[in-house]
Amino acid sequence: MTNILIQAVLLGGYYALIACGLAFMFQVMRVINLAHGSLAVVSAYAVWSLSDTFDMSPFVALLAVVPVMGVAGWLLQRLVLERAVRGGELLPVLSTFGLAIVLDNLLFQQFGADTRSLSPMVGDLSWEAYELPGNIYVGKLPVYILIAVIVIIGGLDLLLKRTALGRQIRATATDPDTAGLVGVDARRAAGIAAALATMTVAVSGAALGLRGTFDAYAGAPQLLFAFEATIIGGARSLWGVLAGAIVLAVAQSVGAQIHPQGFLLGGHIAFLVVLFIRLALKGKAPLRLAGIAQLTRKGAAQ
Amino acid sequence: MSILRVTDLDVRYGQFRAVRDVSFNVEQGEILAIVGANGAGKTTLLRALAGANPVKAGTVQLSGTDITHMPSHLRVASGLALVPEGRKLFLDMTVEENLKLGRTVGRTGDWTVERIFETFPNLVKRRHSATGTMSGGEQQATAIGRALMSNPDVLILDEVSLGLSPLVVDQVYASLDGLLKTGTTIILVEQDLSRAMAVADRVICMLEGHVVLDSPMGETTREAITAAYFGTAPQGEHA
Repeated sequence: MTNILIQAVLLGGYYALIACGLAFMFQVMRVINLAHGSLAVVSAYAVWSLSDTFDMSPFVALLAVVPVMGVAGWLLQRLVLERAVRGGELLPVLSTFGLAIVLDNLLFQQFGADTRSLSPMVGDLSWEAYELPGNIYVGKLPVYILIAVIVIIGGLDLLLKRTALGRQIRATATDPDTAGLVGVDARRAAGIAAALATMTVAVSGAALGLRGTFDAYAGAPQLLFAFEATIIGGARSLWGVLAGAIVLAVAQSVGAQIHPQGFLLGGHIAFLVVLFIRLALKGKAPLRLAGIAQLTRKGAAQ
Repeated sequence: MSILRVTDLDVRYGQFRAVRDVSFNVEQGEILAIVGANGAGKTTLLRALAGANPVKAGTVQLSGTDITHMPSHLRVASGLALVPEGRKLFLDMTVEENLKLGRTVGRTGDWTVERIFETFPNLVKRRHSATGTMSGGEQQATAIGRALMSNPDVLILDEVSLGLSPLVVDQVYASLDGLLKTGTTIILVEQDLSRAMAVADRVICMLEGHVVLDSPMGETTREAITAAYFGTAPQGEHA
């Protein structure tokens, strides 16, 4: 049981890594970015292509992909989200949903149906493990991923709370009009926030490729787990998202213990229970329900 | 030369013309009071000056530069700051964080966080409180302080006494007193005519989007302003 819990916490670290960018976008720009999972897969392919073409370590390739994804996030904000947000709550959801379909199919057209993985490119790291007392083995890679997510969330948290840029981003998130009146360039702040979010997506894409295999349509499940972790943890705090991701992973692992098919079901049940408790407590349903409706349709489109 | 020059300004909400053909100039160091009934277009005018409402026609010049279509944050950088109606603080941030936001544009000048706390001593003990938990007077002082942090040449105050008790309004004006003497150009909207007449050099009265009176304070009377306010002959006390 200890072993299961430890492994679940490590899996939760991965979920938190994909979720923190989604939660950051929601926190800062009030946008549910349904292209989030697809962007992670784009990053995974970018890292894979660089490593494959230039025979470099995926970690080095990731260093190149992170800034590129940052620029992509900035463009996403300027060209799509900024306009979509003016059209109300639903429009960003619809436009990022559309973007996800476009990205998925472009990837399929380019890379075909073969699954890819980054693990052959990192040598022994993909199976190396630390031995803990009690005959428990934890993989080095999941530990690295957990450390990465703690560093990323800690960094974003410090940035938001302690720096001038962070204050500008928070001000823009709360009230872009008033932010402008006190001298904040709200467009710039939103663009930087989107860039930061997609830079975390780049890291989660690399983690996706390192942990296992991915294909052009791997984005939707990533988005689903990220979304569930965010809702369970509450989108207000990124540390809450980490906690939510761990709860999701524990629920999945417990589900898998109860029944071989119970992995996903356990996570979904935990998600729904927390969701309905939150809805009952707050009575603020529309935005989240809109998101769920879109996710369901995305799942059905698969 | 006038520091602020407004010419034939027209601001609309859809079909509704909230501000119509408004022209006036403000001189360096002048304190201008804008009065008028609710819905006369005062707040819309001020928001248009600050860049929060788009201008349909006409021009706004700040120190000779056309700022009519400049985004609001660049207007702050050019030296024009608005204390918005209803204060509009970032309520989950502390007083200090709100003040620090005010210096985003990085204009040089005398105003620092410490000097704001000297000017508004009631804020000192609230320095690290979330502004959402504070009283109206403390919030108003923070909002004024936040605008001052950008070291503006022109400070626009929109109904600083709104929602405050008379005692607190006295405190806010008392702490503004030093500011009023520093030579900063000030435009203020004030519902309390006596107070407006006491602090301002000049008064503009608006009615249904138009300027119906524009006069140095010394050359007009309470009766004349009241008449302009209602667009009729004097009717005694206004609401």
